[in-house]
Amino acid sequence: MATAPQLTATSAGDVLELRPSGSWIAANGSDLETLSNAVMPQLEQAKSLKMDMRGVSELDTLGAWLLEKLSRRAASHDHPIEIIGISENNAGLIEEIRQVNRHNPPPPRPRNPIVTKVEEIGRSAWGSSEDVGVFLQMLGSLCVALLGIVRKPRSLRLTSLVYQLYRVGWQAIPIILLITFLIGAIIAQQGIFHFRKFGADSYVVDMVGILVLRELGVLIVAIMVAGRSGSAYTAELGSMKMREEIDALSTMGLDPVVVLILPRVLALVAALPILTFIGSMAALYGGGLVAWFYGGMGPSIFIARLHDAVSVTHFEVGMIKAPFMALVIGIVACSEGLRVKGSAESLGKQTTTSVVKSIFLVIVLDGLFAVFFASIGM
Amino acid sequence: MDQSAEQFAIRVSGLVVGFGRRVVIDHLTLDVRRGEILGLVGASGGGKSVLMRTIIGLIPRQGGEIEVMGTGIGSTFDRRTQAAAGRWGVLFQQGALFSSLTARQNIQFPLRENLALSDALLDEIATAKLEMVGLTPEDGDKFPSELSGGMTKRVALARALALDPAIVFLDEPTSGLDPIAAGDFDTLIKTLQKTLGLTVFMVTHDLASLNTVCDRVAALADGKIVAIGPMRDLLRSEHPWVRAYFHGKRSLMLQPKAS
Ligand SMILES: Nc1ncnc2c1ncn2[C@@H]1O[C@H](COP(=O)(O)OP(=O)(O)O)[C@@H](O)[C@H]1O
Ligand SMILES: [Mg+2]
Repeated sequence: MATAPQLTATSAGDVLELRPSGSWIAANGSDLETLSNAVMPQLEQAKSLKMDMRGVSELDTLGAWLLEKLSRRAASHDHPIEIIGISENNAGLIEEIRQVNRHNPPPPRPRNPIVTKVEEIGRSAWGSSEDVGVFLQMLGSLCVALLGIVRKPRSLRLTSLVYQLYRVGWQAIPIILLITFLIGAIIAQQGIFHFRKFGADSYVVDMVGILVLRELGVLIVAIMVAGRSGSAYTAELGSMKMREEIDALSTMGLDPVVVLILPRVLALVAALPILTFIGSMAALYGGGLVAWFYGGMGPSIFIARLHDAVSVTHFEVGMIKAPFMALVIGIVACSEGLRVKGSAESLGKQTTTSVVKSIFLVIVLDGLFAVFFASIGM
Repeated sequence: MDQSAEQFAIRVSGLVVGFGRRVVIDHLTLDVRRGEILGLVGASGGGKSVLMRTIIGLIPRQGGEIEVMGTGIGSTFDRRTQAAAGRWGVLFQQGALFSSLTARQNIQFPLRENLALSDALLDEIATAKLEMVGLTPEDGDKFPSELSGGMTKRVALARALALDPAIVFLDEPTSGLDPIAAGDFDTLIKTLQKTLGLTVFMVTHDLASLNTVCDRVAALADGKIVAIGPMRDLLRSEHPWVRAYFHGKRSLMLQPKAS
C-alpha cells in the first residue's frame, strides 16, 4: 500500500545517481514536488544521470511526469542518461509520458500596461456604440415581424402570447400591488409629517396624486417588471441560445424573433400599462389610508381634494409612458439573451447587464418624456 | 476489510431504482472486480446511465446495497459517498465540463482542490493529460463552448483521470470520436489500467472497444444484468436481447471473427 516517497541522490564523480522509492502518486503530490525540486541543483552540476527505479512501489501520471522532468533536465544539457529498474507494469505509462509536453507553447508576450488600458477603453467605447446597433436591429426585426403579423394575422403565436401575458401580467399583480401600496403610504406619511410644520397638510393629496400618477407609479412598476420579467426573458433566451435551441429553430425555417421574441415583447407592452394602472391605484389607496389614520383626513375629503388636484392629463402622462418603457425593457432583455455565449458565467453576466441596462434606459426615457411633456404643456 | 472487498471494486446487489411509478433498474446485481475493465451494454434508454449515476450516489435508490472499494454508498450524496468520491473519476455522457473554465482549468480543477502543487507543475500536468487524451496544448486554452463534441469528450476524460483515481466511470466515452481517436482512447485506457491498476466501469456501444479492451462485458436488459462475462461468452449467450445486440445486422457487419 501507499508508503512515503523518497528520492535519494548520490553523486559519484560526475555521475548523479537518483534512486526514487515509495509511492510516486498524486496523493503525495506536494511532497513529490519538493523532492524533485530539491535535487535540481545537483542535477545541474552532474555530467551524467543514472536513475534506478527499482524502489518505486506505486507510480501514476504525476509521479511519472516528475521523474521524466528530471531526466529531461539532464537531457537538455546533452548528458547521458541511464534509467534502470522500470517494472513491466510501469513501462507503458513511462513510455506514454515521454511523448507529452514536448513542444511548449511560447509564453504569452508581455504587454505594455498602458497600451492594454487604452485598448480596453477603445473596446468598451466601441462596445457601447455596438449596443445602440443591437438595440436598433432588434427594434427593426420586431417591426418586420409585426408587419408580417399584420399581413398574415394567423402567424401570431397566440398561445405563447397569452401564456407570457399570464406570466408577466397576472402573476406580477400581487407583488406590484404590495410595493406600490407601500410606496404610496410612505410618500403620504413623509408629506404629512413635513408639510404639517407649515400647516399645509392638505397639499399632501396634491403631492401624492401628481407624483404617483405622473411619475412614480409607472416608474416603480417598470423597474419591478425589468427586474422580474426582463431578467427571466434574458435567462430563458440565453439558456436556449447556449443549448443551440435557437439554432435548431432557425434551421426549421422559423424566425426566432417571431416565435420567441415577439410574443414576449407584445405581452410586456400589453401588460405594463395595466400593471401601471393597478399600481397607481394601489399607491393612491395607500396614500389615502395613511392620510386617514395618520393625518386625520377622512376619505371623503381626500377624494374631493384629489378631484381638484389631479386632472386626467396627469393620468394620461403616466399611462402614455408605460408601453414605451415596456418596449425598451423587452428589447433590451431579449437582445441581451441572444448575446449569451456558451458559458454559465456569460448567462449570469448578460442577465445582470439586461436588468441594469433596462432600468437605466427606463429612467432616461422617463427624463426625455418629462422634457417632452413640459414643452407641449401637458 | 474482508476478502470480497479486496477482490471487488464495486458490488451492487438487489438494486432497485425508479422514477415515480416507473422502475428502471429492477433488482440488479453486479460485481466489478478490482483492476478490470467492465463494459456495460444495453438498449438506449435502458437505464445504463441511471445505473452508473446510482452507483456514484447521484440518484437515490429505492432498494439494494452498493459498495465501492469496500465503502457503502449512501442513498444520497452524504459524507461517506463524498469520501469515496475522492477515489473515482467520472466522465458524464454530455461531458459536464465547467463552462466558465478553460479546458486546462477544467483538468486542473480536481488537482487544485485536492493537492497543494505549484502553478507551473499544475500547468505541466494539465498539458500532459491533454496530450495523453490526444489534444494539443493549444486546445487547453479553449472554453467548452469552443470545443467540438469529440474534443469535449476527451477533455472530460482528462478531467476524470486528473487524479489518477482508482475507479473511473465512463459513460459512452467513445461516442462522437472518429475510429482513430477511439482506438487511441482504448490504448490509453489499457495502459492506465496496467500501470495504475485502474478499475474501469464503461458504458459503451463501441463493439471494437468491447472486443479489445474490456475484460468482461455486462448486458443490461429489462433492468437486470442478463449476461456477464468475457466477450466470447456473450457472443454465445442465448438471451434473445443479447443475441439481437451482437448478432443483429449492424453488429455482424463489424464483427471480427472472434467467436
Ligand atoms: N431524471 C430522470 N427522471 C425521470 N426519468 C428518467 C430520469 N433519468 C432517466 N430517466 C429514464 O430512465 C430511463 C433510462 O435512462 P438512461 O439510463 O439515461 O438510458 P441509457 O441506457 O440510454 O443511458 C429512460 O427511460 C429515461 O427516460
Ligand atoms: Mg446514457
